[in-house]
Amino acid sequence: MTALLALLAAVVATASGLPGLLFRRRPTLAQRLSAGALCLAAAIGFGAALPVLAGSPPSVLHHAWGQPFASLSIRLDPLSAIFLVPILAIPALGAVYGLAYWPQAQLGARAIRLQLWYGVVAGSMALVCLADNALLFLFAWEVMALGGFFLVRSDGDRTDAQKASWVYLVAAHVGTFAIFAFFAAVGSARGSFDFAAWAGLRSTGAAAGWLALLALVGFGLKAGLVPLHFWLPGAHAAAPSHVSAVMSGVLLKTGVYGLFRTAGFFEAPPASWGIVLMALGAASGVLGVALALAQHDLKRLLAYHSVENIGIITMGLGLALLGRARGAPGLVLLGFAGAALHVVNHALFKSLLFLGAGSVQHATGTRNLEKLGGLARAMPWTAGLFLVGAAAISGLPPLNGFVSEWFVALGALRALELPLLDRASFAVLVAPVLALVGALAAACFVKVQGTVFLGNPRSADAARAHESPRAMLLPMALLAAACVGIGLLPSLVVGPLSRGAAAWSGMPLAELRPDALGALDSAAWIARVALLLLALVGAVLLWRRRQRTAPDPVSETWGCGYAYPTARMAYTGSSFAQILTSGFRWVLFPRVRFAPPRGFFPSSSRFSTEPREAVLDLALLPAVRDYISATSRVRHLIAGRLHVQALLVLATLIAMLAWRLLWW
Amino acid sequence: MGAWTDMAFILVVVLDLFLLASSRLGAAIRAVALQGALLSLLALLLTSSGHDLGHMLAVAGGAFFIKAFLIPWLMFRAIREMAIRREMEPLVGYVPSLILGGLGVVLSFALSRGLPLPTNEMHPFLVPTALATVWTGLLLVVSRRKAVTQVLGFLVLENGVFIFGLLLTDFMPVMVEAGVLLDLLAAVFVMGIVMFQINREFASLDTDALSSLKD
Repeated sequence: MTALLALLAAVVATASGLPGLLFRRRPTLAQRLSAGALCLAAAIGFGAALPVLAGSPPSVLHHAWGQPFASLSIRLDPLSAIFLVPILAIPALGAVYGLAYWPQAQLGARAIRLQLWYGVVAGSMALVCLADNALLFLFAWEVMALGGFFLVRSDGDRTDAQKASWVYLVAAHVGTFAIFAFFAAVGSARGSFDFAAWAGLRSTGAAAGWLALLALVGFGLKAGLVPLHFWLPGAHAAAPSHVSAVMSGVLLKTGVYGLFRTAGFFEAPPASWGIVLMALGAASGVLGVALALAQHDLKRLLAYHSVENIGIITMGLGLALLGRARGAPGLVLLGFAGAALHVVNHALFKSLLFLGAGSVQHATGTRNLEKLGGLARAMPWTAGLFLVGAAAISGLPPLNGFVSEWFVALGALRALELPLLDRASFAVLVAPVLALVGALAAACFVKVQGTVFLGNPRSADAARAHESPRAMLLPMALLAAACVGIGLLPSLVVGPLSRGAAAWSGMPLAELRPDALGALDSAAWIARVALLLLALVGAVLLWRRRQRTAPDPVSETWGCGYAYPTARMAYTGSSFAQILTSGFRWVLFPRVRFAPPRGFFPSSSRFSTEPREAVLDLALLPAVRDYISATSRVRHLIAGRLHVQALLVLATLIAMLAWRLLWW
Repeated sequence: MGAWTDMAFILVVVLDLFLLASSRLGAAIRAVALQGALLSLLALLLTSSGHDLGHMLAVAGGAFFIKAFLIPWLMFRAIREMAIRREMEPLVGYVPSLILGGLGVVLSFALSRGLPLPTNEMHPFLVPTALATVWTGLLLVVSRRKAVTQVLGFLVLENGVFIFGLLLTDFMPVMVEAGVLLDLLAAVFVMGIVMFQINREFASLDTDALSSLKD
């Protein structure tokens, strides 16, 4: 029954773009209908997911399908339900935001196209989480990837959007290829392509290792693990902001879902898999935040933070796998709960931040940090909501990001309870890595909040900023409320998370429950203390305001006593981050252009840095360019010559026949 | 009955060799049409009691209409509109291509026993004829210069595939066969139109001249 409801939600979401096409004459109404359909889909999806999260048994729906090997199998278990909630909620909020941000009344066909693909992506993401058959999964996965391509191209006339969309498409298909190979290998070995028949895959031996590697590459590319993250910043920055919120907030999570689901197939995975995942997660976390620090583009910066957060999630998953390998329920629960909760939390605060970035771009027309500044005065609501998201992503209590990171950190400390000299106890190193990542993320968001919202406007565009309309503020306010809610009341989510961990690992719920309650208790205490501190600070501020008789003097920030200071003298975001980024030169490869001042009366001098995407700009693109120039010589021989091409076909045919006859 | 089937297979191979040696386009088109008619006849002759008769009649009828009637008519129209009669200066001469074709026939008869196939009950000439016909088709595509002859080569190649398909009629759904026939018709249609357009624009159907169009 609940599976049917979830399927209905996916169908409604998929069809939500149609009103825009049908009621072209009344664009405002059409767009409202479309957003309403997505909200309805989210409501239906909640109706399906919440009973499963509250403990009702998994719901299965099975139908024959005409395609070979495929069946229309839908399964809604706690793991699917955890992912289904953000996957349906974020697109609905994004669509409401889009009413003001990407209005069909002004943009016409571009908005209609965007809404069509937006709905298709939302529906196919839901189907990915529900599919219980490999071919149905691949079908939904491919529709989702293609829909994402068209969403990135919403601004198709911009060259950066075009380039980013092609890189995205290539990366998506390489990933699909790896997943395809993985599914084909497992399916033919098991004789069925239904996931139900795949439980208990053997995890020892070289073959299992290769299978796991295929899945890691395929799903890791979608999730954006370092070094497979290269497609992500460009695509997320080029898309319209509410699309970026969906792509960064939930589309990446389908890759994480795939990793979770795949790990669930194997029985007792070896400890080395968990350690590999933790190492990859640690690399993604640290490098993601280091790359984010160096960015000048607000949305690229946020996109790199997605890499960082995916790293945190992967570390949690690695811990859970390690726990299964060593039979330690504490590790399983804390790792799984941390990772799964961070999936939801990241969806909430990253969407909030991307929507905030969209509001900034909407108000000023630029995403360049060095051209913004002082927006808090013009758009106080946006600034406040963005601050909530920034605090949450930095993992500060009493917000939701803290709870999930706390779970992962506690899980890492549990690794110390493993027998002495077990190499798996190195997993405790996850805790300092988390601390480093959290601190760097906090520094990065101090930079963002400081350069965008505080100080004085650095350009005329920033000076003309205005507060966003209510349709844009409302979704952000809801997201911020959810962030605060989970942060203050983590007891709401701990039941579903422990049920999910039990279903995923096959361990009995009673064994996992005590750890969950213990972690919950400490998280709730820290949140209370943090709330108390915040209240104290608020009270002191209020008291001081009451004591004050004369208003504060108004002067330039960083004025340094100049008589006529300009915004160009202000401390820039790059200067702020420089002290941290200089330690990461070995991964950032910034392009520095420096013309130093010369002589006693220097006329002009310049200094600029431009961060580069190391994997894409320095490794992949040059390699592709070399490959093309090498093959173009061969291509020259055959291009346009029909006979030679037919001859090649003939030669291949003969060679294959000969091979079949002589060596088979 | 068995003798007629043998005869039909042998005629198909002989037509292959005739096509390799022929320089007159009209005769070549007629040969391809005759081969198509033979194929539809073969589809009927190979029907044993085990087969679905309606299915075989549909396949044979479709093949006859398209291969023996519709496509030749299109081809004749094409060469009439473009006023060409002969294939001049092939890349590989007539005698060498005849020798290569003969070699192909010998090899396909010699090697066909080694191929693993889904069924064992079949006419002994079926696989070698199919291989020889595919070989002839590819040879025509590779060695001839006029676009019309290349289309003919493509048709012969398709005939070979069709013979192979007769082996699999029990396994192949009607929709797949209908799809193949439709595909073929569409391909010839497109090639005919393209040839006509090229001829009008460039006053030549020499594919070597087309090579200068490459990127």
